[in-house]
Amino acid sequence: MTASPTVIPPGMPQYDVPALDVDKVRADFPILDREVNGHRLVYLDSGNTSQKPRQVLDVMREHFELHNGNVARSVHTLGTEATAAYEGARQKVAAFIGAPSADEVVFTKNATEAINLVAYSFLNATVGGGDPRFRLGPGDEIVVSEMEHHSNIVPWQLLCERTGATLRWFGITDQFRLDESTLDELVNERTRLVSLVLASNILGTVNATSRIRQRVREVGALFMLDASQAVPHRPVNVVDYDVDFLAFTGHKMCGPTGIGVLYGRRELLEAMPPFLGGGSMIETVRMTGSTYMPPPARFEAGTPPIVEAVGLGAAVDYLSGLGMDSIAWYEKQLTVYALEALASVPGLRIFGPHMAVGRGGTISFDLDGVHPHDVGQVLDAQGVQVRVGHHCARPVCARFGVPAMTRVSLYLYNTTEDIDVLVRGLEKVRGVFS
Amino acid sequence: MQLEQLYQDIILDHYKKPRGRGLREPYGAQVRHVNPTCGDEIDLRVHVVGDTVADVSYEGMGCSISQASASVLHELMVGRTVTEAMSIVDSFTEMIGGRAEPDEDTIGDGVAFAGVAKYPARVKCALLAWMAFKDASVQAGGS
Repeated sequence: MTASPTVIPPGMPQYDVPALDVDKVRADFPILDREVNGHRLVYLDSGNTSQKPRQVLDVMREHFELHNGNVARSVHTLGTEATAAYEGARQKVAAFIGAPSADEVVFTKNATEAINLVAYSFLNATVGGGDPRFRLGPGDEIVVSEMEHHSNIVPWQLLCERTGATLRWFGITDQFRLDESTLDELVNERTRLVSLVLASNILGTVNATSRIRQRVREVGALFMLDASQAVPHRPVNVVDYDVDFLAFTGHKMCGPTGIGVLYGRRELLEAMPPFLGGGSMIETVRMTGSTYMPPPARFEAGTPPIVEAVGLGAAVDYLSGLGMDSIAWYEKQLTVYALEALASVPGLRIFGPHMAVGRGGTISFDLDGVHPHDVGQVLDAQGVQVRVGHHCARPVCARFGVPAMTRVSLYLYNTTEDIDVLVRGLEKVRGVFS
Repeated sequence: MQLEQLYQDIILDHYKKPRGRGLREPYGAQVRHVNPTCGDEIDLRVHVVGDTVADVSYEGMGCSISQASASVLHELMVGRTVTEAMSIVDSFTEMIGGRAEPDEDTIGDGVAFAGVAKYPARVKCALLAWMAFKDASVQAGGS
């Protein structure tokens, strides 16, 4: 069965932003025209990677066809154009997240590398006697949460193993929120960094960060957000969030793979030792030792992913053109619809907030104990692409006592019809395995 | 349709009524194998008497393909010599990898998994118990 469309009463804030024209948006994504297993493609895996609009593909093609050269080292025209495009992308990204300066935006391979860059800054400063804010030892504490993607757990585990520091974490409540009841004990004068996910890639929860950030400031620790699942979907401003570091990735926000972003406050980036060594990050190299560029170049050794950065810049233009407020409201309406529709499926249990408040359009569930692999396989036969497994967040699965979950993740090009197809597909799953 | 080639009745039957499930004594070796991409796990014990596989017992969590293939493995292996068992594992692995035609004389109900070869993402599911069995048999000193 299908849930009735949700009517949002006049006077609600979404009327302050232009409505998203989803048909127009869909026409920008060529892949949405293809079929999968004889059915219309219903792509519900954007939390894994988003599809790319023609506007991004065109800019990348044009860059290769007309402006291809290496950056930051050529005097010739192509090199100059490529450098302008690459640095232009940095400025677009900086404006998109409200960074006071483009120099605070470091391009990385992905969000994982962005987080590792910060973790290695601690390790390198510890080993090399660097800035005291980044030196760690026994007695120091790093705080994450049980809700993190593996990429915001494992780098800190490695760092703590290597420095003797202790890793601690926030738990998750039965209502799928961060458990802040232990905040004052968990974040204390021994805490050096708190790194949290802004929007969970598995529960869909969007974390309220202000109380935690306030406590982090009280104890003088650093504050980092993994915003990989937030930046593509809602306005994220680094000044509003008052973060020291923010990591996200290009391919989940209509950009290409191979490009990620680390935002870092200028004074911190300046205090951090180099990460990878090589070309572009140096000032002067002598056989006896070298000096290094200021940020962001200090952290971008070697030829960077140039066209990928340019593609990310185009993605930022595309999203900004539609308006992040419009996208956020559209997804919120879609999430309300999806939550109602999924609640109508017998035997379906949602892992995540059941109301579309403080959550995004990522919805994970269990269906009557049918293993998610089987759910995903039967849905795929009907053209519906969902993710199954532990979603690189195994501790969340363990917390809720399941080995795996099926996950639907919505984005700006999804429709209520997509959700109807999903619900019909789930009936078919129940038919095969009942 | 393709989906029915994958989810054959034999597979669904083994999934719903697994044979030989549960960890039993005695045993010569126990292993745990996991599929890191999906978190599926199996604990599997092999008991070898002389040159014969006396028991294969297992416990695990996973999808229909991985659970049914463990059940089929149990049925096929108990009572075989270790040499025969290893040859069956090889035939099954070849078939799942799409490198050999299904041979019912050798792998019995295992032929039901021939459709898995068309789904690369599911190959690991079908092989999880079989690789665990191979590993445990070697550790049990049976080869």
